[in-house]
Amino acid sequence: MRSRPLKIESPLADAPVDLRPISQAGLRGALLLLKERWDRPVFFALACVSLVALGLIIFFIFREAAPLLREIGLIRFLSGQWTPTTDPGQFGALPMIVGSALVTLGALLLAVPLGYGAAAFIAEVAPGWLKDVAKSILELLAGIPSVIYGFFGLLILAPAFQHAFSLPTGRTALTAAVLLGIMALPTIASLAEDALTAVPNSYREASMALGASRWQTIRRVTFPAAFSGLIGAAILGMGRAIGETMAVLMVAGNAPQLTASFLKPVRTLTGTIALEMAETPFGSTHYHALFGLGALLLLTTLITNGLAEGFRGRLARKHGR
Amino acid sequence: MMREIAVTEQKGKRAWQTVAFSLLGISTLVAFLALGVILYAMIREGAGALSWEFLSQFPRKMMTEGGVYPAIVGSFYLTVGAIAVAVPFAVASAIWLSEYSRGGLWVRVVRVGINSLAGVPSIVFGLLGLAFFVKVLGLGVSLIAGVLTLGLLILPILIRATEEALGAVPMAFREGALALGATKWYAVRTVVLPSAIPGVLTGAILGISRAVGETAPIMFTAAAFYMTRLPETLSDKVMALPYHIFVMATESPNYWKTRDLQFGAALVLLGMVMLMNLGAVTWRARVRRRKQW
Repeated sequence: MRSRPLKIESPLADAPVDLRPISQAGLRGALLLLKERWDRPVFFALACVSLVALGLIIFFIFREAAPLLREIGLIRFLSGQWTPTTDPGQFGALPMIVGSALVTLGALLLAVPLGYGAAAFIAEVAPGWLKDVAKSILELLAGIPSVIYGFFGLLILAPAFQHAFSLPTGRTALTAAVLLGIMALPTIASLAEDALTAVPNSYREASMALGASRWQTIRRVTFPAAFSGLIGAAILGMGRAIGETMAVLMVAGNAPQLTASFLKPVRTLTGTIALEMAETPFGSTHYHALFGLGALLLLTTLITNGLAEGFRGRLARKHGR
Repeated sequence: MMREIAVTEQKGKRAWQTVAFSLLGISTLVAFLALGVILYAMIREGAGALSWEFLSQFPRKMMTEGGVYPAIVGSFYLTVGAIAVAVPFAVASAIWLSEYSRGGLWVRVVRVGINSLAGVPSIVFGLLGLAFFVKVLGLGVSLIAGVLTLGLLILPILIRATEEALGAVPMAFREGALALGATKWYAVRTVVLPSAIPGVLTGAILGISRAVGETAPIMFTAAAFYMTRLPETLSDKVMALPYHIFVMATESPNYWKTRDLQFGAALVLLGMVMLMNLGAVTWRARVRRRKQW
């Protein structure tokens, strides 16, 4: 008896199988590409949206600020006084640059030591449950909107400072610096904590084995090992403080005068934009000058951000993460 | 003798350590206190103003009476719009970074873009919104211009949260799906993304709470000080809670008359943001604990 030829029942087996590489399979290949390999390029394109957004920001801020170079000139913009409503108006950014620097410096003097301290406490000292609680508290503090900080500063902190230092007004660089310090604290603390946690445990064990106390270990081993990450945290906190708008606007007093005193009202770059942009005619020198302030801010934050990432990246590479 | 010196040194070390640890603890305590003082002051001053009428009525008599209803609705529209705009892009970006990218130059470039965007001050987003959305695209000061500006602002937050959520999904899940013959996208869609959903949602909540409190980006792009009706189209201006608080606190002519209203509005915003953040943080902790893998 002859055996019958083997017949495969599966419908799939009857389908012609095209074994050519997809790139040589003509139209069919192209369709296959569309059907099965659309995902990588599409997701890549969508992932570029942040880059596009950043590009738009840089392009438009600088485009709107550019006429300034012709109308005022860079030197006069970076020096001089700010009297936009006189005729002709003066558009010198110096008082605001100094104001922003003063307030940011004050904020860092407060937030860096406290932030490092809190980070060391959370990373090295606190027991597990307290660690979780403290991290949640920092996260909640970071989540408070800046207009609420400003409101709190304006109605509660400023009057208290006015009373304490017997000042004509409580809205001063000091008030703004303290408020900004509190706002920058969670950023610096949580990034510094990341940096300390990134230090391998073997460092601590080696130090303790040599007879060092826990505090000596933190001070002499963990902190130096995490150094670049700690610096990165402080720089990122600085970037946040420079760019902060609403809180500073509400408590700094906003007098566009050149001063280096913490007890006087100051005006910051961010505050000036927020205060004047709404009433400025589109396309006027004043309008361009405000975008010029924006360009200064943007440049500063891009640089601080890049520096911070560099420092933080160095720490990560050092400990092989 | 030697022994005594060693003991004194031990004691000295101990004492130093106690002092130092106390200082570290105090630093942490400052953060606790700051949060406590702010919450306490806002609740003490603002709780009296809260009532159903305050939440459900329009402002009256030159904003010296009435409620904050239109500001709440406006903030709701702005926030929901910003999330709707940003989430698809953010999830796609995170999927590319976590699932498709193979390292190299482009990953670094995209990451630099995201990190830089996260560091751009919110007022600069406002300037972009004004120059691009309001002027160049001709959207005018409108709900849609505010939505787009806020959407860009929260993009990095959402991307980071989603990427972290995707990164927490074990490799074995992907390998299992691919071994069963799934294409990459099929594996991502049916296995990886569903496992990451809780993390994505936590990120979305954090994004919402950030967007709802932002003032500077909407000042010149969307916000109106006072409106007699709710926004009806995307090209209407809107009232928004944070802008309302800012204007009331800085430009209100009769401060004592509106003091309660101001604290009430601030407490409403703070309450919304704190509840969302607290919810997101505790939920995330629960999800992490409960996770079986």
